[in-house]
Amino acid sequence: MLSIKNLHASIEGNEILRGIDLEVKAGEVHAIMGPNGSGKSTLASVLAGREEYEITDGEVTFKGEDLLELAPEERAREGVFLAFQYPVEIPGVSSTNFLRTAVNQVREHRGLDPLDAVKFLTMMKEKMKLVEIDQKLLSRALNEGFSGGEKKRNEIFQMAMLEPTLSILDETDSGLDIDALRIVSNGVNQLKSKDNATIVVTHYQRLLDYIVPDFVHVLYKGKIVKSGTKELALELEEKGYDWIKADVEQAAV
Amino acid sequence: MSKDNEILEEFTTKEYEHGWSVKYEADEAPIGLNEEIIKWISAKKEEPQWLLDWRLKAFDTFQNMTEPEWANVHYPKIDLQQLRYYSAPKQGKKPKSLDEVDPELLQIYERLGINLNEQKRLQGIAVDAVLDSVSVATTFKDTLSKLGIIFCSFSEAVKDHPELVKKYLGSVVAMTDNYYAALNSAVFSDGSFCYIPKGVRCPMELSTYFRINAANTGQFERTLIVAEDESYVSYLEGCTAPQRDENQLHAAVVEIYAAANAEVKYSTVQNWFPGDKDGKGGIYNFVTKRGLCAGDHSKISWTQVETGSAVTWKYPSCILKGDNSIGEFYSVAVTNNYQQADTGTKMIHIGKNTKSRIVSKGISAGKSQNSYRGQVQVMKRAHNSRNFSQCDSLLMGDRCGAHTFPYIDINNPTAKVEHEATTSKIGEDQIFYCNQRGIDTEDAVALIVNGYAKEVLNQLPMEFAVEAQKLLALTLEGSVG
Repeated sequence: MLSIKNLHASIEGNEILRGIDLEVKAGEVHAIMGPNGSGKSTLASVLAGREEYEITDGEVTFKGEDLLELAPEERAREGVFLAFQYPVEIPGVSSTNFLRTAVNQVREHRGLDPLDAVKFLTMMKEKMKLVEIDQKLLSRALNEGFSGGEKKRNEIFQMAMLEPTLSILDETDSGLDIDALRIVSNGVNQLKSKDNATIVVTHYQRLLDYIVPDFVHVLYKGKIVKSGTKELALELEEKGYDWIKADVEQAAV
Repeated sequence: MSKDNEILEEFTTKEYEHGWSVKYEADEAPIGLNEEIIKWISAKKEEPQWLLDWRLKAFDTFQNMTEPEWANVHYPKIDLQQLRYYSAPKQGKKPKSLDEVDPELLQIYERLGINLNEQKRLQGIAVDAVLDSVSVATTFKDTLSKLGIIFCSFSEAVKDHPELVKKYLGSVVAMTDNYYAALNSAVFSDGSFCYIPKGVRCPMELSTYFRINAANTGQFERTLIVAEDESYVSYLEGCTAPQRDENQLHAAVVEIYAAANAEVKYSTVQNWFPGDKDGKGGIYNFVTKRGLCAGDHSKISWTQVETGSAVTWKYPSCILKGDNSIGEFYSVAVTNNYQQADTGTKMIHIGKNTKSRIVSKGISAGKSQNSYRGQVQVMKRAHNSRNFSQCDSLLMGDRCGAHTFPYIDINNPTAKVEHEATTSKIGEDQIFYCNQRGIDTEDAVALIVNGYAKEVLNQLPMEFAVEAQKLLALTLEGSVG
């Protein structure tokens, strides 16, 4: 589904990603871990199409198409979803109104008729259960005055509404207490199917107790330096990142 | 230039939608401004002597006045001698009903999306249609007159209800109030008149739709609204003009009089031609609007959505004379390309326990300049008066300007005045967030801007609010992309 080859990206002249290779197939869950500043969030942003990053080398294909050629909204309509680490606030725009605009633009792209108000609300009610989100929250301005947990829950709720094929969760666990973490993970797990894939970007192993990955990759200094199965995450939890750093430095010598 | 600015850059090239004009056989005054012209206009309108005298007196004062220069707007001096002060479609006899109005004129309004045919219109809105210097039609007059409501063109009011016009004309905005008001008093050609008798709630929205059509002609209309004790009316005003290379002057006066317990809501969606994207042409909109809360417990509420005009100079104000009276001002002013707006309000607290509320939302894009200018004045006798002002500015790009000039003058120690102001930039982050959910940039900007302006748009009557939302999106279309 997603194929990343030798991806290099920089911002304001600083190279952040230095040759990423990654293959993600339908039905898989990949975890990207790594110490602070290793490029995890940059990778998520580049895949979603944030324009301040310059792609200096490499290619990314998504469902056989050149992903890097597409505008951010086109990627979204093709099925790429990014759950933001810091969801933005849009004052005066209700979540419901925002989502209806989004859902209908995505549907239009997929050749479907727009949902009328009744059908949309029915769909919303159904998806709301997934992340135990309160309807009152959705009639408020988007993310305005939401708690950290509410914002993250709202991200996963939007994911449920937009039915993406590739979901990228950027540090979705940061700032969540244990209950919220459980609810959010539950939502993600229920949305999993053999036709979609998930990339979980995280700093901690904790989230992976709930969202069990098929593969774990360690990102360090803009490269994937180690890949393995979920056991790798446990090893990291136990030993920290230092041994990997040491490995890398040694290899470089 | 950062990506952010590039995005914002592109969003500024949408063409003005109402830029067309039609040719009609016109009845025109000669070009120029002098006593003869004023007499000519007055004679054309078959006015009584007192009104001509009133005009001439205004003109006399006007000649000793100078154009105000304190506003934060810059434009070449207007040569008032080069303008035409009266241009009206030749209609033969004044039509008695809509059936007699020249269908070509009705078509102008139809093209603007305003159907003057009462049967076809959505119920609930009566329209006075003003084309250049005259009112061409007023709808639902009969329905309204059964309730004692007078809704007609200003000229008709002078003929049919001279006592009312004489009593209230100039009672809120004195003929010598300011340069443009004095000019208007001397040369005004038509406008709307509205009188709501005691105890009557006007069952439909009243509206005036101003259309400038003729070239090289100024539009000088007057609106006078009188609401007697315990009455209520909601009034709407819309305006458009053809796209022309030269600037055109629009200098209107609106006066509102509210007696005890009366409430008047006045909403404007101003969409005069703003000039093209290089700043050529556009309307100079120099307008004086003022309401007098004359009676106790009266209320006047202004709501304006200003998207058009090359230069706007406009301060809808309230004089809170009656005890416990309330004044409100809700404004969204959008400027794009080379537009300049200097707009705001004055709240003059004279009576006891008077309250005022100001919510101003400025949006600047392109190379435009957007200024809020507001005055809150609390007089000696105005015990326990309250004001709350909120002035927000939203900037799109880095070549536009937003300015806030609040003046506060308090002469009573019991007054409570609050002022809040914010300035923000439309965020690349917000746009990207919308994009990531599949929403394209133009829709994202429309969504964000409408969200920002929501508190004001919510004040508009339903049908108008929808129009205003579309207009906001349209005005800014092309400034992000």
